[in-house]
Amino acid sequence: MSKRKNPFAWLGAPYYLWAAVFIIIPLLLVVWYGLTDSTGAFTFENVAAILNPAHSKALLLSILLSLAATGVCLLLAYPLCMILTSLQKKANSFIVLILILPMWMNFLLRTYAWQSLLEKAGIINSLLSSLGLPAQHLINTPGAIVFGMVYDFLPFMVLPIYTSLQKIDHNVINAAHDLGAGHVQTFLRVIFPLSLPGVISGITMVFIPGLTTFVISSLLGGGKILLIGNVIEQEFTQAYDWNLGSGLSLVLLIFIILNVILSTLTDKDQEGVVK
Amino acid sequence: MKKTGSVLKKVYVFLIFFFMYAPIAVLIIQSFNQSKSRGHWGGFTLQWYQSLFTDADIGAAFRNTILLAVLSSAAAVILGTAACIAMIRMQHKRRSLVIGITNIPMLNADIVTGVSFMLLFMTLRMELGFGTVLLAHITFNIPYVILNVMPRFRELNPHVYEAALDLGASPAEAFFKTVMPEIMPGIASGALMAFTMSLDDFIITHFTTGAGVNTLSTKIYAEVKLGIKPEMYALSAMIFITVLVLLILVNRVQAGYEKTRGTEV
Amino acid sequence: MKKLHGLLPSAVLLSAVLTASLLGGCSPAPAESAADDSNVVYVYNWGEYIDPDVITMFEDETGIRVVYDEFETNEIMYPKIAADSSQYDVICPSDYMIAKMIEGNLLSPLDYDAMPNVKANIGEDFWKTARDFDPGNIYSVPYCWGTIGILYNKTMVDDPVDSWSILWNEKYKDNILMQDSVRDLFSVALKLDGDSLNTLDINQLEKAKEKLIEQKPLVQAYVVDEVRDKMIGNEAALGVIYSGEAEYTREENEDLAYVIPKEGTNLWMDDWVITKGSKHKDAAAKWIDFMCRGDIALKNFEYIYYSTPNTAAIDLMDADERNNPVLFPDLSQYHNLEAMKYLGKDGDRLYFDLWKEVKSAF
Repeated sequence: MSKRKNPFAWLGAPYYLWAAVFIIIPLLLVVWYGLTDSTGAFTFENVAAILNPAHSKALLLSILLSLAATGVCLLLAYPLCMILTSLQKKANSFIVLILILPMWMNFLLRTYAWQSLLEKAGIINSLLSSLGLPAQHLINTPGAIVFGMVYDFLPFMVLPIYTSLQKIDHNVINAAHDLGAGHVQTFLRVIFPLSLPGVISGITMVFIPGLTTFVISSLLGGGKILLIGNVIEQEFTQAYDWNLGSGLSLVLLIFIILNVILSTLTDKDQEGVVK
Repeated sequence: MKKTGSVLKKVYVFLIFFFMYAPIAVLIIQSFNQSKSRGHWGGFTLQWYQSLFTDADIGAAFRNTILLAVLSSAAAVILGTAACIAMIRMQHKRRSLVIGITNIPMLNADIVTGVSFMLLFMTLRMELGFGTVLLAHITFNIPYVILNVMPRFRELNPHVYEAALDLGASPAEAFFKTVMPEIMPGIASGALMAFTMSLDDFIITHFTTGAGVNTLSTKIYAEVKLGIKPEMYALSAMIFITVLVLLILVNRVQAGYEKTRGTEV
Repeated sequence: MKKLHGLLPSAVLLSAVLTASLLGGCSPAPAESAADDSNVVYVYNWGEYIDPDVITMFEDETGIRVVYDEFETNEIMYPKIAADSSQYDVICPSDYMIAKMIEGNLLSPLDYDAMPNVKANIGEDFWKTARDFDPGNIYSVPYCWGTIGILYNKTMVDDPVDSWSILWNEKYKDNILMQDSVRDLFSVALKLDGDSLNTLDINQLEKAKEKLIEQKPLVQAYVVDEVRDKMIGNEAALGVIYSGEAEYTREENEDLAYVIPKEGTNLWMDDWVITKGSKHKDAAAKWIDFMCRGDIALKNFEYIYYSTPNTAAIDLMDADERNNPVLFPDLSQYHNLEAMKYLGKDGDRLYFDLWKEVKSAF
């Protein structure tokens, strides 16, 4: 690497300024409002507010639903990726495109469309009753929210797993077979461990959006499901309490930071983030 | 055994795609539904497609959405590429710091990012509107540009640039003639990614927009409670079909190159 | 080869942008460009609370462009105005919210001389009621008023509907719609218990909260504007609804009936106000004056169905409109109708926290 100075180093200056103003300062403001009360005095009450029954219930429900959604995404995505990688190259890049295509239709509209399907007199229930089966209570339940989360975030689980499965050298698999390992053994001891970075990446890309969403619970919860994202959104847009909203956001930041640490520690191939 | 295995595989893939596309099918069908109510089919009609072109509200929202996407990706490309160039020979520690900060909007939850922008603009007493939304969009787009452009820089052969300098080119000339063409694919894919992220964004726009300024996403959210205008379904169906056609075309062309050149994409 | 290959994403991007711009260009442009801020008025109103033709008529007659935004609840409207009251010029909040906004110094005193229709056409009774939350009638002009009650589907409900308690009847599980706004939701529970819907007594409020949590499994959804279409579509048997909407639904679905429960309910009024930071105060005054014109008020009434305080409009109505029991009830019949009061910052916080407890229960 040449020792010559980078003559373009100054080009970074506009960006550093931008990052300082639009990334760092806003986050510092969240910290500031979160740790002060309306008079500006330091207080821990906004963060401790997470222990209020309403907030802790909302957070607990968010964690449970997001974990469920992440689990379901993983269970659905992994076999799909295994099947896709076993297909011929021509077909599978087309299939991946078809998988990404729904993301081009507005996600609010797509999620909202599930209302039509899950409603009391919706499409699914109409089908069930035409078959003589009883109508199910699907919409406005925690299950509907998990469903919505899986629907919205499945592509984010599929893509990293698919990428890391693709990278596995077939020779390694062949070698395992040559050495006498059966399919199951090969999977458990060769394929799955090698795909782990993709799996972790997928988990981190689904869990946090699931944990913090308020849109899905708004659209599919009928006002009955209050997630921590809803609490924070309402504190800012209805109760007009920036301090409480920021304080609860700081609690979320803890989860996010843990998520980031997990992702950077295991993300050896630098799939999800820049290194 | 093998046959049932492959049938099962096909069924599984089909089920997943059915799941992914069911709501889209519902939306497209609904765009042709004479009845505004979601539960009943009132007959086939093209009226919503017609009235779409005279609906000023949706037109304004659509225009805002596109403008935001185009402007914010363009600005992100400029700032992001410039940052990449500046970071080429930066010390590892400093570079990691800059990259780390850059990744924050990407790793952060949208609601926290949105809220932080709102606090910034309010504290600075800025009027919320198109401008503030644009600033926010540019900020969360830059990481995607850097994500796509940086790897290209790493793949670069540094000697070509130096050779150009040795042959008498100024640093700028050498850059545009030797480096730029190599990183162009990264810029293009970064811009595309940024465009997509901006187009579909809701949460951050929700917190940074002001009176009378709507994007398609915020308009839909507002309409959800009152009943979504069927024109919105027509618009979404049109966007979807357009993108589908484009992606199929691109895929065909790419496959065509693979065939003739025999190399992988 | 690498060059061409690299151009493909650019080709996609370019064609996407071109197509988008083409589609965007085809969509209609607003009457004037967004940059022209001189002859415009920013209106913030409830959803389905005006005849859209009226907006166009106003624009045609005055030449002032209208930017019209809608809000779902008072609580969603307030933070936007508190943060920056210049965003909107004229707003239509409810009684208690107007009191809150007056206290927060967010409103501009009205110039009645610039609004001849206002003083002439709004009934004296309504000015009197408005003085409860706007002493001296300095800031607000009555627009609509009404009650909140139970809308029920006669074919789906076989019990007599005369009390809020029917909304707690297990028989109607998953068939009950409640209001998704703090005060409206708690009003129901408080009135049922015989308490004031303005109470700050923590015991009474806790009791109401417990009752609401107890009710939650029976509730199909907490909604605001959606209650209308859901009831028309026979998706629920019972719903808490505003009188104007109730009347609209009764016309669309003959099986529906509206009742004010015996425990009493909220008697509300929505008024037009002009914000303190408004940059188009003259245009705003013209808007309010236009709304108070007899023929315009009648036109709105016939579209949105909400009771109007406009005497000129009432004169123009025919007998069955004027005597409609839902829209123009004989108020002397009811003894426990209450108007909502602003409860102060701490009161609001208390109610909101209790509301969160109800919403988060599972």
